[in-house]
Amino acid sequence: MKIEIRNGRVIDPASGFDQPASVYVADGRILGSGGAAQGVPAGFQPEAVIDATGCIVCPGLIDLSARLREPGFEYKATLESEMKAAAAGGVTRLVCPPDTDPPLDEPGLVEMLKHRARQPGFAHVHPLGALTVGLAGQRLTEMAELAEAGCIAFGQASVSIVDTQVLLRAMQYAATFGFPVWLQAQDAHLARNGVAHDGAVAARLGLAGIPVVAETVALATYLQLARETGARLHVRRLSSAAGLALIRAARADGLAVSCEVSINHLHLCDENIGFFDAHARLDPPLRSAADRAALAAGLADGGIDVLVSDHTPVDDDEKQLPFAEAETGATGLELLLPLTLKWAADSGVPLAAALARVTSEPARILGLERGCLKPGVPADLCVFDPAGRFTVSRERLRSQGKNTPFLGRELAGEVRYTLIDGHLAYAADGLA
Amino acid sequence: MMGALNPQLNEHGELIHLLSLDGLSREMIHDILDRAAPFTEIAEREVKKVPLLRGKSVFNLFFENSTRTRTTFEIAAKRLSADVINLNINTSSAAKGESLLDTVDNLAAMQADMFVVRHASSGAPYLIAQHLAATGRNHIHVVNAGDGRHSHPTQGLLDMYTIRHYKQDFTRLTVAVVGDILHSRVARSQLHALATLGVPEIRLVGPKTLLPTAADRMIAGAPLRVCHDIADGLRGADVVMMLRLQNERMQGALLPSPQEYFKSYGLTPERLALAKPDAIVMHPGPMNRGVEIDSAVADGRQAVILPQVTFGIAVRMAVMSMLAGGGTQ
Repeated sequence: MKIEIRNGRVIDPASGFDQPASVYVADGRILGSGGAAQGVPAGFQPEAVIDATGCIVCPGLIDLSARLREPGFEYKATLESEMKAAAAGGVTRLVCPPDTDPPLDEPGLVEMLKHRARQPGFAHVHPLGALTVGLAGQRLTEMAELAEAGCIAFGQASVSIVDTQVLLRAMQYAATFGFPVWLQAQDAHLARNGVAHDGAVAARLGLAGIPVVAETVALATYLQLARETGARLHVRRLSSAAGLALIRAARADGLAVSCEVSINHLHLCDENIGFFDAHARLDPPLRSAADRAALAAGLADGGIDVLVSDHTPVDDDEKQLPFAEAETGATGLELLLPLTLKWAADSGVPLAAALARVTSEPARILGLERGCLKPGVPADLCVFDPAGRFTVSRERLRSQGKNTPFLGRELAGEVRYTLIDGHLAYAADGLA
Repeated sequence: MMGALNPQLNEHGELIHLLSLDGLSREMIHDILDRAAPFTEIAEREVKKVPLLRGKSVFNLFFENSTRTRTTFEIAAKRLSADVINLNINTSSAAKGESLLDTVDNLAAMQADMFVVRHASSGAPYLIAQHLAATGRNHIHVVNAGDGRHSHPTQGLLDMYTIRHYKQDFTRLTVAVVGDILHSRVARSQLHALATLGVPEIRLVGPKTLLPTAADRMIAGAPLRVCHDIADGLRGADVVMMLRLQNERMQGALLPSPQEYFKSYGLTPERLALAKPDAIVMHPGPMNRGVEIDSAVADGRQAVILPQVTFGIAVRMAVMSMLAGGGTQ
């Protein structure tokens, strides 16, 4: 199948290409892209044409943190429901953390998930393998086997390894084989019983606090162990200005460490808890306005590498509870693009640089030549109308999770088409 | 979402629930206290009843046990001639079975007019009020009888009634709140009310382990001052508001022992002498004598702890009649 996407503004953050152009797709791969000057590739006869007038054509988004809830939590979401959400959000590749039931700690589970996800129109799935058996923080998983089954890195989801000797050994072992270690920095003891950022809002609302030191104490440990073991560390779900400062200092000191922030922490702070809104019950907690500003600035200047949705579908019953009892998490796959654009507009970041945070940069962390429009790579593409506005509503969300603190907000950035391996996975006009 | 309407007010800014003292205006608080005044006299009468809530059903919905608080609400409702139904819902059995909102729906279907709610989780009464609003049942009123560490608004109001009774003008007072402010819903309600009523100096007295991290900023714009030394906290104070120290605070590395707490923060006659000679001493009860307060102070001439209890009934009558009765006697 030969497809031409024409009349759009083509942005390839990896190469810096940004001009009115066509993208040519053949046999599921990018054939090339070019404007009027470059002309059509020799002998190219499109069998289908996508009109991208008024739209931006860019690589499909890569989301380094999206829960699909399989296996084990099918009542919250299924692969089918969440893949529809991914496609509607322009996300063509994602990493799912191992906090499933059972956790992704056995090759069979990973193979099954990869197999189930290998369908036309489904985003490419990279499972994050469990670093320890059952995420229990005691015994190492069979990382080499898991990597063979498809795990791209190893981590603990939101469960900390309390025993630092186990953590040291897990990082040593991962480093032996060059497997990256992806960890969320939160000291389990300092965060115990906490449900909100330990600041003025939690003090006023009488919510048990999770102090910033819960992040920095764990992070300081991780950075020391990464230096000691040579493990390639990626810090998941950064939440605080002080945490970011530690990462900057470690980098300045020569340590190769990457990190990510979620759309929620990029745009919201503890004030958004309002009158105990359980949609704002997140892990890690939404921190202060000053922390939020530092994270937004860090994403702009490269202190933070990647923006993630941290997609976590939760069913209504588990959100319609008093704040402290409600389950953590927010749905996000369909909000990643519009909230990237909002951050770019709010922070004055050029569009191509903003899109790099959800395309080429996550590809770099995955060590894959993806998230770009280089001839020969799979045709994973997103065509969106940057001016298209919509209101976030339960009805509009395709994810089974309707839980997000952005409900009721108007956002700009409507996905028109999503292509995965050259297949039309989503079309806003319903033709997919 | 930000800027959402305070769920205890209707679109005209009138009180439909009492969930917190946060966001109530000075006029609104004084109005409630004014309405409470005549109810104190009813207690002196031979027939201690008025018909303001006749035919109304008040459900005391206690997800956390408290015989004392439940009883004060029960007395208040009965003196207003309401039918009172007491439900003690053990939280552990609730966790296994029916959800909070299912319980509320079931009781609402029994034609409840008011829920008096106590719950161990901060914000639980908000969830109930928001649920009632979302399902078009704003005619059922919610009174927060204590939620987690968040709020205990009728206690805060009765404390304000007590201060007004003895001191009249809030705008000249120095008030010390002493003890476990971190875990205290009573303290939070007191602080909101004191700040709203114009108290120019509010001191938060206690060790760092019993104060919120951002204690001095916990209420925007309020004149809060943190004192770790109780002598600093009491010097020249007009009102000393003691808080109860829960026994479980001795676990979890918050305090070494009750003895050491009393040594550092117990209210003794010697320490009270640092406050103004006419300072009043308050306590929400039940007291731990010899832990946060010396018996000589608790039973002394400056203590107004028993009048607090009496005023509490009148204040709860005022709140309930305001919400569901539509007026005073």
